[in-house]
Amino acid sequence: MKRFLCGLLCAALLACLGPYAFGAEEGVTINVYNWGEYIANGTDGSMDINAEFTRRTGIRVNYTTFDSNESLYSKLAGGGADYDIIIPSDYMVSKLIGEGRLAPLDFDNIPNYQYIDENFQDPSYDPGGVYSVPYTWGVVGMFYNKRHVEEPQSWEALWDSRYAGKILMFDNPRDAFAIAQFRLGFDVNTQNPDDWEEAAQLLKGQKPLVQAYVMDQIFDKMESGEAWLAPYYAGDAAILVENNEDIGFVVPKEGTNFFVDAMCVPATSRHKEEAEAYINFLCDPEIAGANMDYVGYSTPETAAREYLSPEVAENPIFYPDEEVLANTQIFINLPAETSSLVDKLWAEVKMGGPGESAVLVAIILGFLAVYIAIILYKRRKRQKERAA
Amino acid sequence: MKKAGGRLYTFLVFLFLYAPILVLIVFSFNDTETASRTVWSGFSLKWYEKLFEDRLILEALRNTLLIAVVAAAASTVLGTVAAIGINSMKRLPRRVMMNITNFPMVNPEIVTGVSLMLLFVFAVGLFGGRSLGMGSLFAAHITFCLPYVILSVLPKLRQMDPNLYEAAQDLGCPPVKAFFKVVLPEIMPGVVTGMIMAFTLSIDDFVISYFTSGTTQTLPIYIYSMTRKRVSPEINALSTVLFAVVMALLIVVNVRQGRARRAGKEDA
Repeated sequence: MKRFLCGLLCAALLACLGPYAFGAEEGVTINVYNWGEYIANGTDGSMDINAEFTRRTGIRVNYTTFDSNESLYSKLAGGGADYDIIIPSDYMVSKLIGEGRLAPLDFDNIPNYQYIDENFQDPSYDPGGVYSVPYTWGVVGMFYNKRHVEEPQSWEALWDSRYAGKILMFDNPRDAFAIAQFRLGFDVNTQNPDDWEEAAQLLKGQKPLVQAYVMDQIFDKMESGEAWLAPYYAGDAAILVENNEDIGFVVPKEGTNFFVDAMCVPATSRHKEEAEAYINFLCDPEIAGANMDYVGYSTPETAAREYLSPEVAENPIFYPDEEVLANTQIFINLPAETSSLVDKLWAEVKMGGPGESAVLVAIILGFLAVYIAIILYKRRKRQKERAA
Repeated sequence: MKKAGGRLYTFLVFLFLYAPILVLIVFSFNDTETASRTVWSGFSLKWYEKLFEDRLILEALRNTLLIAVVAAAASTVLGTVAAIGINSMKRLPRRVMMNITNFPMVNPEIVTGVSLMLLFVFAVGLFGGRSLGMGSLFAAHITFCLPYVILSVLPKLRQMDPNLYEAAQDLGCPPVKAFFKVVLPEIMPGVVTGMIMAFTLSIDDFVISYFTSGTTQTLPIYIYSMTRKRVSPEINALSTVLFAVVMALLIVVNVRQGRARRAGKEDA
């Protein structure tokens, strides 16, 4: 009986491994890894892009989402995840190319690539456009509350002490440093440590004025008037301007960051052809238009703009004029040395200097002191009891 | 005076516990274009409508519930069996065993998550698989639920009179039948508590799932990935539905228990 039970339990444990050993399924399913809320999903009368793709091609889509380029990277690098399509941003594309994690695309399978505007076909993060097809693009701009802030012309407004406590900043190093770098007139991809130090000094000086380092909370904080000034990605926050006439948007004169999220196929993909079919499908101008109408970012296809609602297609937040675009820089991947310096400096900005290890030691010493005190107290008590 | 103070204290405790849930429920009915979480602009059911149209959320929910049910069932069975075994051990091995099983509970989740991921990636490579997924999520969730089940069953076993089981056997009951007829009813409250705890822990888990999910997405991971844009009020609606369902279940269970107790008293 006992043996039978043990055997049963062993079998159950082994069965857990079953799906790996016998994972074969009929039909092809591609694994797509995209940003959260970054595709039209059929709600609000939009097109369900993935369902439409399956209907047309018979290829099923296992669609999952990530929150940042870094989590995408750790998933890919950690192994154990088998993706066929990923949509990282510019600098992450160049990092993945550098590490040989992407497969060169076969453009014979992506005829719709012809619709991608020419100025997107040879990006600096992927010279020659061999590994990636742009999905969306946008710029970073500044949102401000018209009732309390006069239209800012420059990033300097984020250092204006009149708005102390009403300023929000990005909660990620690249975007936050870029703002300081634009103010200083530096290259955002500089490898000179002194430039980064100087930018960090500027950010440290700004910290007392900053209400919070946030990402998506800017929507609530700006809308409710809790904060007055916030830099953010234009496409995400356009909804703020649409629905609240007190909120304005500017691209500061020093220039700004221009970003692209691009579709790539990891080198480990087993369904490269199907993945390319998916990319091709998303590049179809009609599909791209329907998708971007929902997502609220800008499409790199002029042909797709015809399918957008006119208020989007003519909105300068989504499609800024040439003059603004000429004055932008794009992130590319930093070498390991520089990026660890950036991480270190960013930690200093957010935590207020390199005092962290001292604080840690103090906390540990505190615990130790409490522990010793308890032991001493118990011993004395015991001695008293013995004496009594 | 003392009583009023006590009441105020109780009230404050409940306020802190339930105010967040209340706010969440209220804002799931908020009629807003911008998906605001702080500005109230009228009553509407549109987030509920959207929720049931959103295939991705529903798929993530299905995965989460499936994992929770499997993990709760499996860890309850394994945990109960383990508790019975541990209970009949001698003193020293029992303490050693308890420490070993408790370890995953006190171990920081992130350590468990990363180490499970490394193990699974290795195991998957060994079996010629390609990707983590449902299987590794099941294994991970069963692993971290197990100690909670053991911990809630063990005290019930201690309380039980060990002679009961022997008496049943003396009266001619075979061991397996004696277990189901005598032991199981005695420890049932512990088993049920353990199972409910395993179920909620599994639904709740983010960190361990995050590392072991491969290409499968659970609800907490899906919600977290929304943070670049914003967490949609659909999630409020979903949480409200989940809260209501759990509340209803608890009430049903409690009412039934109350009835059973009354019926039992009348019989006696």
